[in-house]
Amino acid sequence: MSMLTDIAGAHPPRHARLGGRRDSPAAVGLAFVFLALVAVYMLLPVFWLLVSATKSQGDLVSTFGFWFAEMHLADNLRALFTEQDGVYLRWMVNSLLYAGLGAAVGTLLAALAGYALAKFPFRGRELVFSVILGGVLVPATALALPLFLLFAKLEATNTFWSVFLPSVVSPFGVYLSRIFAAASVPDELIEAARLDGAGEWRIFFTIALRLMSPALVTIFLFQFVVIWNNFLLPLVMLQDDRLYPVTLGLFTWQSQVSREPGLQILTVAGSLVSVVPIVITFLLLQRYWRAGLAAGAVKS
Amino acid sequence: MSLRTISPAPRRLLGALACLALAAAVTACGGGGGEGAAPAEQQPPAAACPKSSGKVNLTFWSWVPGVEKAVEEWNRQNPDIQVTVKTTPAGNAGTYQNMYNALKAGNAPDLGQVEFDSLASFRLQEGLTDIAACEPVKQAAGLFAPWTWSQVTFGSGGKDGVWAIPQDTGPMALYYRKDLFDKHGIAVPKTWEEYYQAARKLKSADPDAFITHFSQTDPNWFTGLLWQSGAKLFAQQGDQWSVTVDNPDSRKVADYWQKMIDEKLVATDLQGFSPALYKAWNSGDVVTWISAAWGYSTIRDNAKSTAGKWAVAPMPQWSAGEGKAGNWGGSTTAVLAGSKHPYEAAKFAMWLNSDPKSLEILNREGGLYPAATAGLDLPALKAPVDFYGGQQIFDVFAEASKGVDTAWTWGPTMVDTYRFMSDAFAGVLGGKGTLAQALQDVDGKTAESLRKQSLQVAE
Repeated sequence: MSMLTDIAGAHPPRHARLGGRRDSPAAVGLAFVFLALVAVYMLLPVFWLLVSATKSQGDLVSTFGFWFAEMHLADNLRALFTEQDGVYLRWMVNSLLYAGLGAAVGTLLAALAGYALAKFPFRGRELVFSVILGGVLVPATALALPLFLLFAKLEATNTFWSVFLPSVVSPFGVYLSRIFAAASVPDELIEAARLDGAGEWRIFFTIALRLMSPALVTIFLFQFVVIWNNFLLPLVMLQDDRLYPVTLGLFTWQSQVSREPGLQILTVAGSLVSVVPIVITFLLLQRYWRAGLAAGAVKS
Repeated sequence: MSLRTISPAPRRLLGALACLALAAAVTACGGGGGEGAAPAEQQPPAAACPKSSGKVNLTFWSWVPGVEKAVEEWNRQNPDIQVTVKTTPAGNAGTYQNMYNALKAGNAPDLGQVEFDSLASFRLQEGLTDIAACEPVKQAAGLFAPWTWSQVTFGSGGKDGVWAIPQDTGPMALYYRKDLFDKHGIAVPKTWEEYYQAARKLKSADPDAFITHFSQTDPNWFTGLLWQSGAKLFAQQGDQWSVTVDNPDSRKVADYWQKMIDEKLVATDLQGFSPALYKAWNSGDVVTWISAAWGYSTIRDNAKSTAGKWAVAPMPQWSAGEGKAGNWGGSTTAVLAGSKHPYEAAKFAMWLNSDPKSLEILNREGGLYPAATAGLDLPALKAPVDFYGGQQIFDVFAEASKGVDTAWTWGPTMVDTYRFMSDAFAGVLGGKGTLAQALQDVDGKTAESLRKQSLQVAE
């Protein structure tokens, strides 16, 4: 474990140019073609979604999938937001609450725990840390049912909390916080702050938290995506469709298509709309995300 | 997915004995207490079903689109029995598992939607409440299509308990492209032999066209065909099950479709409910679909360009002049084990599935084809349907429903059986073996899966 803690700099040194060797045009061209292919491969499903969301149910199945037919986007959106008294909007809000609030609280908890593990030596510290690391390996899927039975004992299934509380736990976040706290918060700084009379909470919130912020954004984004995509936990916990996150809601519609075929196009349109918050979150936070990902990658 | 199939069938119990056993508990057998209760030997005696006092709140899980509107109506009429409905994903998409979890945790809803083909599993895992003794259920037998009643009583006619209230059904018929049949001079087939001849005639008139598609992903469609043929896939005697997926009747059906596949008369590369299939309907490359009553909206909404060109005829028969039909899909409303208010829950289940107002809402919002015979008189089910050239198509299904075999029995592990069937059919369509061999395979694997659940299986 100790090798994890003696990483000094959070940011890799900037190399102006690697060596100065110029790659041949052929190699550059080849790389470009390869990357272009990868990009097309990645973007094609999104393009399909965009195209399909503009079609009517009839055109969805009878026209070419990768090009536009008659424009029905406005109709689809109107239907989407009015179906079942606007339950879709509710699902979106739920998802944002579960994922946004859950990731925020989860990040704070991870930061506290990681900081404490990095900066306060105590007996059994490595043991605690090892147990947390072990937690990274346990798939969330395997925990859904035990969690359900646990919440059932508390008579708290089918509540907001039954999805929210398990979501704020992030062993991976603790792991990342610890590494990052060790690397980016100098002991001398903490010492100095203590000498100046600052309490531990104050040191954490005014100094450590800021120094750790690139890693925290990473943890936040990571946790946001994990909660947003966590399908099984809400599926097992929730039966009240007013509490569903958008993933589960869309799944429910899809499973009713045989009885009401019109729900299919709403599922498609709903999927498109549900992508928007994720895209926005990433656009806003991506530069931190990159910085955070690279953190700890290089020993210096 | 909610298309799953229906029904269970009968468990032919020794009627008299069962009756005696139950007599201890209530009036199920008319006789009553006088004859000295014999010790119950198979089922625990049905519990009495007293009314609860005061205001009652019930919970209900269902995935019928728009079911909440029917529940609102109930709540308006019954201030003392308030029902909260939760719209869940379809049963096999996770809700059955959730119900089992909740039963284990002791917080199951009072009522749940259970498809006919899952009733046996639920009963096996003691997830259902016998509501035979509940007053509102006493007169129910005559209100529902006879085969559905047979399903919810496991063939006992109520002597062995009533385990759910039938909700909707999927009697099967033949959807066909009238315009193309007329164009090629093909008569509407009345028997399976004529259907085969129609397929050949179509092929010679239009080499690109197929009479229908044979999907590997719709094992419950195929079981609907087996149901019509009189095949019996399972039987139960006491605690002992016998698995007879492979039997002379089912082999007859398998051989017939094998011939259709071998002669390339059916499209084998189209899956059920897939965009590719819908495309083929639109283009006229696939011209019939043997499907359930609820399928009318599947064609209507996915093959819009063919409006007015389809019609519905009874399912082709194995022997000319018979009026037999299969059934594909359909659900019940069951009172789950552990409900503290079985009387009120049963009362709601009865209302939901037999009150004309509720049936009208469920049909309009969720496209349900009611199991209650009174439901067949709904104006919407009497009216001509424009998409089908103004034909009163539901008359055909009402007739079909009368021809559904009441003796059909579902196995206790249908999810496994369906999966075995899908896998085996995929092999056949890929060129390995025949459908008849596939059924043999399914037979063996199903017996195996029953044994794994510690059920007794007859050799």
